[in-house]
Amino acid sequence: MVPKVVKALETKPRIPVVWLHGLECTCCSESFIRSSHPIAQDVVLNMISLDYDDTLQAAAGFQVEEIRKKLIKDHPGGYLLAVEGNAPTADGGVYCTVGGDTFLNVLKETAEHAKAIVAWGSCASNGCVQAAHPNPTGAKPIHQIITDKPIINVPGCPPIAEVMTGVLTYMLTFDALPELDRFGRPKMFYGQRIHDKCYRRAFFDAGQFVESWDDEGAKKGWCLYKMGCRGPTTYNSCSTFKWNNGVSFPIGSGHGCIGCSESGFWDNGPFYQRLSTVVVPGIDATPDKIGAVLGTAAVIGVGAHLASTIINRNARIIHEDAAPAEMKGD
Amino acid sequence: MTTRVVVDPVTRIEGHLRIEAMLNEGGHVGDAISSGTMWRGLEIILQGRDPRDAWAFCERICGVCTTVHALASVRCVENALGVQVPKNADIIRNMLFLTQMVQDHVIHFYHLHALDWVDIVSALKADPDHTAALAQKVSPNAEKATAGYYREIATTLKKYVDSGQLGLFDNAYWGHPAYKLPPEANLMAVAHYLEALKWQKEIIKIHTIFGGKNPHPNYLVGGMASAIALQGDSAINIERLIIVKDLIAQAKQVVETMYIPDLLAVASFYPEWTQIGGGLGNYMSYGDLPQNSISDVAQFRIPRGVILNKNLAEVLPLDPADGAQIREEVTHSWYEYSAGKDALHPWEGETKPNYTGPKPPYSQLDENAKYSWLKSPRWKGNAMEVGPLSRMLIGFASGRTDYKEVVTEALGALKVPATALFSTLGRTAARGLETRLCVHWLQQEYDRLLANLKAGDTTTANTAKWEPATWPGEAKGYGFTEAPRGALCHWIHIKDTKISNYQIVVPSTWNASPKDAKGQHGAYESALVGTPMADPKRPLEILRTIHSFDPCLACASHVIGQDGRKLSEVLIRV
Repeated sequence: MVPKVVKALETKPRIPVVWLHGLECTCCSESFIRSSHPIAQDVVLNMISLDYDDTLQAAAGFQVEEIRKKLIKDHPGGYLLAVEGNAPTADGGVYCTVGGDTFLNVLKETAEHAKAIVAWGSCASNGCVQAAHPNPTGAKPIHQIITDKPIINVPGCPPIAEVMTGVLTYMLTFDALPELDRFGRPKMFYGQRIHDKCYRRAFFDAGQFVESWDDEGAKKGWCLYKMGCRGPTTYNSCSTFKWNNGVSFPIGSGHGCIGCSESGFWDNGPFYQRLSTVVVPGIDATPDKIGAVLGTAAVIGVGAHLASTIINRNARIIHEDAAPAEMKGD
Repeated sequence: MTTRVVVDPVTRIEGHLRIEAMLNEGGHVGDAISSGTMWRGLEIILQGRDPRDAWAFCERICGVCTTVHALASVRCVENALGVQVPKNADIIRNMLFLTQMVQDHVIHFYHLHALDWVDIVSALKADPDHTAALAQKVSPNAEKATAGYYREIATTLKKYVDSGQLGLFDNAYWGHPAYKLPPEANLMAVAHYLEALKWQKEIIKIHTIFGGKNPHPNYLVGGMASAIALQGDSAINIERLIIVKDLIAQAKQVVETMYIPDLLAVASFYPEWTQIGGGLGNYMSYGDLPQNSISDVAQFRIPRGVILNKNLAEVLPLDPADGAQIREEVTHSWYEYSAGKDALHPWEGETKPNYTGPKPPYSQLDENAKYSWLKSPRWKGNAMEVGPLSRMLIGFASGRTDYKEVVTEALGALKVPATALFSTLGRTAARGLETRLCVHWLQQEYDRLLANLKAGDTTTANTAKWEPATWPGEAKGYGFTEAPRGALCHWIHIKDTKISNYQIVVPSTWNASPKDAKGQHGAYESALVGTPMADPKRPLEILRTIHSFDPCLACASHVIGQDGRKLSEVLIRV
């Protein structure tokens, strides 16, 4: 019995994946190949069949487009579409063309017969930098263009490598889509704020802040809230997984989080301006006071919970568009 | 009848590039055009924002050469505001720069360029014993050069091919007559493709330590945010530094015992490619790696200068702030200038995107009309090539000892004259030789950092001009670097503490630019002319030359901001 199962796993065809690139910077692909577990080689050689990816593909020109068209024809409903970047929609889509056609058309054509779509990074999930004001090309995230397919949003600029490979390996291992939140993000990786599990949280609660770059607080690893850190309003795994196989993460290397996995984060700045006044129930207070208040609260053991609640009320998260509904299974 | 070869998408690059080559009767490329087919409008987006935030926006211009735009941007703002960064910050930035250079060049060679020279299908025929013997001969100090190792690689490859799902390797040009490597060399290259893929995620941890993450580590106007505290566990300390030290040692090993031997071995099978793809013969570098400060150009490890017409006897001076030197044209670009304007220095630049190309889907562009989202930057009216070859030639022609040593050694190993450098293969070889220098310099910068720490200096940021209240009403500045793909410069206008104009001229805009008003081709276009084509339906030769530049089109396609407005009392710092 066991050898039979092993044999089945070994001979099961790898799921074909089309990885499109629209308006983007390729940081998602770069992040993907930084994955330490699994390593990228394992994903590409043993887990999926990366049949189309213009960043890494050996073939070029019409031979590449042939592959994509053949795959759509031969495997309708049987391939995953991964999208890095997004589509410019202004002026008929002329701001990004591939093989002479607009990326907008290529995206629609490929999405039509895809089993599901993985929207890599903040470009595909939220629009990211090219969609920042005034969005000169009319760049739109995938879920605003493709509305009839399951879409998994994996935001971040880029997403953490192991989050990217984790999303894929979860789907392949459990043969199901991950549970998604109301913004289409896998709950397993985007369920909590960076601030909730930041190792500098104790300093926030104690009212100990970096006040100026390279000051004593910076050298002691105090909280970066006053330097504009977006950890309190950013849902991501940076403070738990960290980056590049756990070596560090932005706050760990002395710079605040810029909130790169949140929708509209580019227009939620300036980055070095601390998050706006937060309101403590029953007391109007500025963040400076909150640290002090929480410092006291921590003594009586409610600091962490209270801080989390307070910040949550003021988290500025812009998701005006209709996010895909929660999706399970396939 | 002229055959027109269209390559779109050009793959194994960053971004979106289209090449159209017109073959002459002899089957060679007679003329070619290069078209950037993507535009994002970053410079418009930057207007009105806090200059201290600009690095983060700019860094997202490119995630492959991540960090380089952030570095150019913080230097640009510091130049405008007159901020001198602490010595440690300069050294740390140099280390991030060098880490990027080494990692990016190795990835380019193995993952973006190698398949132009390496036939994966041929590798299936390789004998693992013979491959091990070859590997030992090519690199006596190689870490893995056993028959067992190559047997395992051969098995992995065979299993993959037998699965019938060729993935990234499907429908490529395998068996093309221009592939010349024996099966064993191909198998060795396949093995090292995988080794390099595993290693690139290690060296880049230097970015993570000082910048918190990669891709897109954090920078800071005025220095670096990663404080140094040797007597604590919460900032850069001995534990962090030792990780960096070990990663540098590992990188040296990879470059010296794998990349360089592979490069020379592959090159030795393609001598004809020292005669193809030379192109413009004009080379430019801003220089980088300050040893004293960014304003002390003479002390850069990478020297600044310009070479015209392959004349290595003379290195001409270059000044990014001189309005008469660097100017951009839009004759064949999908933009329009105001009446009477034809070539503008970035500080005076203007852009109105205006797509006049064929309605998609289209099959052909018109080389006599506008045909690209890239502008045509020119230096004193000359089209220039930028990148590793330019830097190596300028270093060599400037008489720098370290440059001369590595260049002379490689030319000797390949038994070719210096003129062989003016070619597709020369460009590819120059990238490898530069990597040797960079990994060596990375160690030296690490040593400098430690020496400075020993001397008691742990400062990483200058915050004197952090608050916008300390800034003048108006300021303008520029910030340059040498990105892996070549000369990169940002120009800024700051007005009332906000960005009023921000302009970027990137390496791939120089190299991939369309023709100018005088009909002068950009570097890609020029390099393609004369290329022999064995099979126009499988344009392997075009890919070789284009990839030798390491295209980065997300960088290249951008737009300049609003029309150049007159400034009064502008503060210029050079």
